[in-house]
Amino acid sequence: MNISLLSLEILVILLGVALLVVDWFTPAAHKRWLGIAAALALLFFFGLSFLQPSSLPQYAFGHSYVLDDLALFFKRFFLLAGVLVLLWAVEFGDRLRGGVAEFYALLVFALAGMMFTASANNLAMLFVSIELVTISFYVLAAYQRQVRESLEAGVKYLIMGGLASAFMVFGIALIFGITGTIEFEILSAKMAAKSSPAQQPLFQLGMLLLLAGLGFKIAAVPFHFWVPDVYQGAPSPVTAFLAAGSKAAGVALLLRVFLHVAPLNVLRWETLFIVLAGATILYGNLGAIPQSNLKRLLGYSSIAHAGYLLMGMAAFSLAGATALLYYLAGYLFTVLAAFGVITLVLRQTGAEDVAALGGLGRRSPFLAAILTLAMASLAGVPPLAGFFGKFLLIKAVLEQGTQATAFYWLAGVAVVGVVISLWYYFGVIKALYWGEDAADMSPVEISLPSRVGLVVCVAGMLWLGVLPEIPLWLAEQGAMALGL
Amino acid sequence: MTPLLYIFGLPLLGALLVWLVPRNYRFVIRLIALGSSLGALVSALVLFYRFDLQQTGYQFVTHVPWVESLGIAFHVGVDGINLALLFMGAMVTFAAVCVSRHIKEREKEYYLLLLLMSGGILGAFASLDLFFLYFFHELALVPTFIMIGVWGRGERRNYATFQITLYLSLGALIALAGLVLLYLHSGARTFDLVVLTRQLQEQPMPADLQHLIFPLLLFGFGILVSLWPFHSWAPLGYGSAPPAVAMMHAGVIKKFGLYGLIRVALPVLPQAAWSWVDILSVLCLGNILFCGWVAMRQRDLNLLIGNSSVAHMGFCFLGLASLSVAGITGCVLVMVAHGLLAALTFGLSGYLNQQTQTLEMKDLGGLWQRMPYVGAALMMAMFAGCGLPGFANFPGELLVMFGAWKTLPMPVVLAAWGALVIAAIYMMGAVREVLHGPLAPRWNQAQDVPGWWAKLPYTLLLTALLVFGFYPPLLTRTIEPAVTALVRKAGYDVPLPAKAKGRATAEKAAPSLPSLQR
Repeated sequence: MNISLLSLEILVILLGVALLVVDWFTPAAHKRWLGIAAALALLFFFGLSFLQPSSLPQYAFGHSYVLDDLALFFKRFFLLAGVLVLLWAVEFGDRLRGGVAEFYALLVFALAGMMFTASANNLAMLFVSIELVTISFYVLAAYQRQVRESLEAGVKYLIMGGLASAFMVFGIALIFGITGTIEFEILSAKMAAKSSPAQQPLFQLGMLLLLAGLGFKIAAVPFHFWVPDVYQGAPSPVTAFLAAGSKAAGVALLLRVFLHVAPLNVLRWETLFIVLAGATILYGNLGAIPQSNLKRLLGYSSIAHAGYLLMGMAAFSLAGATALLYYLAGYLFTVLAAFGVITLVLRQTGAEDVAALGGLGRRSPFLAAILTLAMASLAGVPPLAGFFGKFLLIKAVLEQGTQATAFYWLAGVAVVGVVISLWYYFGVIKALYWGEDAADMSPVEISLPSRVGLVVCVAGMLWLGVLPEIPLWLAEQGAMALGL
Repeated sequence: MTPLLYIFGLPLLGALLVWLVPRNYRFVIRLIALGSSLGALVSALVLFYRFDLQQTGYQFVTHVPWVESLGIAFHVGVDGINLALLFMGAMVTFAAVCVSRHIKEREKEYYLLLLLMSGGILGAFASLDLFFLYFFHELALVPTFIMIGVWGRGERRNYATFQITLYLSLGALIALAGLVLLYLHSGARTFDLVVLTRQLQEQPMPADLQHLIFPLLLFGFGILVSLWPFHSWAPLGYGSAPPAVAMMHAGVIKKFGLYGLIRVALPVLPQAAWSWVDILSVLCLGNILFCGWVAMRQRDLNLLIGNSSVAHMGFCFLGLASLSVAGITGCVLVMVAHGLLAALTFGLSGYLNQQTQTLEMKDLGGLWQRMPYVGAALMMAMFAGCGLPGFANFPGELLVMFGAWKTLPMPVVLAAWGALVIAAIYMMGAVREVLHGPLAPRWNQAQDVPGWWAKLPYTLLLTALLVFGFYPPLLTRTIEPAVTALVRKAGYDVPLPAKAKGRATAEKAAPSLPSLQR
């Protein structure tokens, strides 16, 4: 068994344990430093990830764990998200009544779960790793236990998540029942074989239930019901991690399962994915329009982004998967920038309405500029990451148009979705610069680590938007692991 | 470094510098804005001067690969068509910075956004890569939104900001879908406009693909130019925008859609273009007649100018619909002339608004007595808007009519009527209401533009209008060869009788044209 392949995960778990242990000896006043130290450690692990051998897939635990370019792409993604989320968590710490170090540790454990999802190579590993993520999030969402909305978010996420897990495990049982295996490679071989079980009703049902479970994680319609309440109620850093990390973990598994193990074309689910993508884009964007709570608005917008990601799946091509990974990378920086600003600006007031951002353009031009860039990137305006990502996705979908006209319709829906989204994203920009002044107009304090974190987010958005060659290459390497 | 790179590079560099300067160094910020826009204008003059009339094809070309795996490169260059537009754009940018002296609130953000906007659009006009063409144009979107919202006027400015943003994004995205389809189906796998055009002219696309892509480009770009009936964003947007933004947008950015049609859609999709010209010629009458009529009913000077600007765009579309050398040359000429004119009129109305705090025409009147310079300039601008000989609009509109007459007689008659009669009614009506009649005592404090420096932007724009009006060859000799090459290569230069008949039965006419054969 090749334990060294798991070195990153092991380090992350050790970090989580260390946080819990060091917490005993850390006076309350210095707990903030634990978070910063953890972020630095994760940054170090992020650096280490570039020393990992990739190119050829390597296996551990009897092929239940794989390390390939796709897994590495996602591991780096999660580590970076972890660094930034921990920085926001440090800013948020004073609003937590429960243990702060435990909060950091839970974030780190969720991160470990995400890193395992990236490498899951059989259905058991898939389930266990995604559950590690989800169970951490049950606690994290309800962590602000003195706030009713937070408790509500936790309970809602628990119930819906429990249901989704049950569906998923039922689906896995069906798949195992029909094929007699949970190994991805054997499944994939069976799919390619002549007497493939792909069209058997029970197998299809099993895959459908698996899709439902993963659809829940990425917040795709119709498994999205938890999103607005949980996004609104959970502490801001947790919402940020849900939006960036948890969604990406679901995407990693979707990619592996539906583009590699049991491909869409074998299942004959192309239309299903096109419809899912289109409905998710429209629902998310339309739902966001009337929202006045900023986190809720971003919740709906995150549904819409799940739809864009599904576009990349639906295209079922190397270009589509590459575009998806690229888009996800852009989404990471963008959504974390947005939540970083939200964490900083709204921590004193506690209000999370868009109106509370009023006058931020004068109160703190730095934060206003960053939120403007984040909103513009989410909306897909050049020269930011969101633009190039959407461009690649639309291109990938149009490329498939010659095979089925439905792809043209999907591209049309995406375009309409982008236009609708401008309405609410630019509504936020409006509040920043010429909305009514908020009650509190004192300058917003920004600590150095947060400032650095925000600058990193902006640099990431600009890097992906202006110099896409290297990230595109990385995304393509990752996508190639799927063997499309 | 060619002067072409300076034209859009300097405003972008200016924006960067403004961002770096602390906000209380207001003089420095203004100086950077002024310097970088003046630099762009000088570069444009140098470019104009050094442009080789004998040479065909693109000049001052820079080509730097950007994302090679996708075939995207930073590729810029000029021919007669975008040379004229770049010159006009640089001039309007400089004028827009000059007339912004009244801005005292959040100057840093204002100049940063203004420079970003002008750098973006000038870059779009210089680009010879489809991706960058789109990219640079979109760069102007967020600045427009914020500038109208923060520094705009009127109660409906919120509505206007969202309307303009949503419309323009929709148009741009529809066009983007068309551009991506062109890329995917050209076989060249490049966004390079030059390669793509050559490839598609040698091996034309199948007719069904052409008919799929052309409407995307026509309506996508059309929305950006306020093609009737997708024009409603324009008058209100300009009416609510601060003067400099209205100048930049109505004068320069709006021309991007037409430029896209001339540069991308017409050369590579000739078959589809033939079959869409009838519809286009009807829609452009909507611009000329309907919007002209709406302009007549306006009570607010800015809304009147906004509607008249939409009406002028009808002429450009008419020129395109003629698919002839004269028509398209006229179209480019009108684009340049209207750019200068729109900048001039919006600049003047902005100045009037500063002095009187209103643009309701019934409240104004007799202002010529207090403001002889503004009065004379506004009067001349209005004359130019009516298409009076001596101003650049006249040769442009004349060429459009010449070009369109053979193929589209009926629209031309109606357009001429709309342009001469309707435009004269509202333009002269506005002059009468604003400048003549008794001066209301409340305007006794109103002042004329003080000093030569403040007069400079208006004088420059007016001079350019007059110079190009009296000596149009300055522009036509650069525009026409480029347009001729375009029309020839796309196979639009069918002998006239065949063309007149051929529009209805383009398929039949096609075999006689080598480039239409498949």
